[in-house]
Amino acid sequence: MANPIEHGGAAAQSNSFRQQPDEHGHFGGRYGGRFVAETLMPLILELNEAYEAAKADPAFHKELVYYQTDYIGRPSPLWFARRMTEAFGGAKIYLKREELNHTGSHKLNNVMGQILLARRMGRTRIVAETGAGQHGVATATVCALFGMKCVIYMGATDVERQKPNVFRMRLLGAEVVPVTAGAGTLKDAMNEAMRDWVANVADTYMLIGTVAGPHPYPAMVRDFQSVIGEETKEQMRAAEGRLPDVVVAAIGGGSNAMGIFYPFLDDTSVRLIGVEAAGHGLDSGKTAASIERGRPGVLHGNRTYLLQNADGQIDEAHSISAGLDYPGVGPEHSWLNDIGRAEYVGATDTEALDAFQLCTKLEGIIPALESAHAVAYAAKIAPTLPKDTLLVVNLSGRGDKDIFTVAEHLGVTL
Amino acid sequence: MSRIAARFKALAAEGRGALIPYLEAYDPDRATSLELFRAMPAAGADLIEVGMPFSDPSADGPVIQAAALRGLKAGATLVGVLDMVAEFRKDNDETPVILMGYVNPVEAYGYERFCKDAAAAGVDGLILVDLPPEEGAVIAAPAQAAGLDIIRLVAPTTPDARLEYVLAHASGFVYYVSIVGITGTRSASAHDLAGAIPRVRAATDLPIAIGFGVRTPEQAAQASSIADGAVVASVLLATLAETLDEQGRATPQTVPRVLEQIGGLAQAVRAAGQKPE
Repeated sequence: MANPIEHGGAAAQSNSFRQQPDEHGHFGGRYGGRFVAETLMPLILELNEAYEAAKADPAFHKELVYYQTDYIGRPSPLWFARRMTEAFGGAKIYLKREELNHTGSHKLNNVMGQILLARRMGRTRIVAETGAGQHGVATATVCALFGMKCVIYMGATDVERQKPNVFRMRLLGAEVVPVTAGAGTLKDAMNEAMRDWVANVADTYMLIGTVAGPHPYPAMVRDFQSVIGEETKEQMRAAEGRLPDVVVAAIGGGSNAMGIFYPFLDDTSVRLIGVEAAGHGLDSGKTAASIERGRPGVLHGNRTYLLQNADGQIDEAHSISAGLDYPGVGPEHSWLNDIGRAEYVGATDTEALDAFQLCTKLEGIIPALESAHAVAYAAKIAPTLPKDTLLVVNLSGRGDKDIFTVAEHLGVTL
Repeated sequence: MSRIAARFKALAAEGRGALIPYLEAYDPDRATSLELFRAMPAAGADLIEVGMPFSDPSADGPVIQAAALRGLKAGATLVGVLDMVAEFRKDNDETPVILMGYVNPVEAYGYERFCKDAAAAGVDGLILVDLPPEEGAVIAAPAQAAGLDIIRLVAPTTPDARLEYVLAHASGFVYYVSIVGITGTRSASAHDLAGAIPRVRAATDLPIAIGFGVRTPEQAAQASSIADGAVVASVLLATLAETLDEQGRATPQTVPRVLEQIGGLAQAVRAAGQKPE
């Protein structure tokens, strides 16, 4: 298996795209950073030290590999989607099967790394935010595994539209706290989790689920997720004898995308495409496409592209997918966008719903609505690409949790 | 001398600390909050903190969150907040005014333009909760050029080595966050404060104000005598919220009830100053 924590640093080349962030947590000198209240600042600094120490400790890597292999079930397969390829009539489509991980998404890769770190730091209580519930379920799972106290903040709107995941988290022993502030979605859950952390700094570890938040979270979560891209690289070499030409991943906060992009950043022949949730359409005003329709600002500890009004008040995001319903994006994506190393595009609610059904019917794989956005964009570009083009879609999660939402949109009563 | 320095110096000469009440701009509407603002000095406010409403106040408890949302609903913008300060300055040139809020609206406004406009409106200092000194370069030079103090928060969790670093980037006064937590949720004991303040005092010559969790006249008296001032926020906003009608509108009770509470706090702070050491 590949090195479980992939990161830049001394070994990387000087002209590498993999040397970000700098010591202050800034990507390209502009994005990221540490924008938190003074109460949290010493904790963020302590976390950074603890993470750097863990990263340099072979025992930590060994422990992580053990859990990745025997508990998460890594490596996840790279599946050649034959029927989808035939149906699109262009590029050869491969699916990176992150939905086959334990708990059904890529989320556990990061959560496992962070819970091992929290244990090293002597923390006994975990707080986390969740949107679709994928990260909440993953967090509740490792808390059950290690016998730790777990509090999950989830927007009240999301609690309503993701009932199966709420029940799962409670079965796993987590306390799920519905957040009614704002629109009751992921951003509000994030605020509330940060408030909990500020108030309980002595015993609590905040386990952020995406490549956002104050430094070192964006880099740390990316490192833990990079196992996706490392495996993809090896698997594609084994299957086709070369690197893929295009990698497509859905973007909410952007952790599955960062995880598959990062190992390819210096392979500049590989096109990296992040698919944001366009909601009702990029120009509908009901979207979650932070990079395409936002501008840089500061929220939740980092500077990044945000959906905001002219006065700097944060807008509510909209997406059919609770996991993408966030007005910001990881700061490394903001930087990759500005320097042009990755492309950022949108897929609408309707396109994602179509792709959800298409993937299910053609491959027998029910994708998460989040991942369906990536499938939707792949379906759009594959026919325009030559048949020898190798296109990988990161199938970041399974869609069982979404069948109620999809049924409702299709007018079916379950 | 700045208004902030002059006020702390004058109070030190009187032998008492400052009462610093907090007001959320546009809560529940512009006219009511301006009326309250203008009446605060006569009710006993020595300095005034004006909250700039933000959609995602992640360091604040439910009371300030609700006030910020009411302010936004009433149409608060930074332009509007600065305009309120300018109105206040028409008949008050002595009471220091400190704007408190989160960094994103200021970034959207533009740091340089904001500092210039704020100073022109009569603002004396800024507290940006989520802009630690590590990220503070964006505002340091424009604030200094405009003559605005950057007031820094320090917390019980701030280690000694870091205290020095933070205070090297502070001016005006130091805001000691007395509890580990969000605004308006719990209070520090006099014992905790008596232990904590000398640590900060040893690291700075700036006056120190205690905030987060100062609710009663007794707590305000204690905090202002252990340190140099007491910031009172959530309890005043909670009183204001109680007076609103079912649609969240101000009633004839709103301004007088908040002022009455400020009066009680001021009396206690002043009485504490009269006691022999």
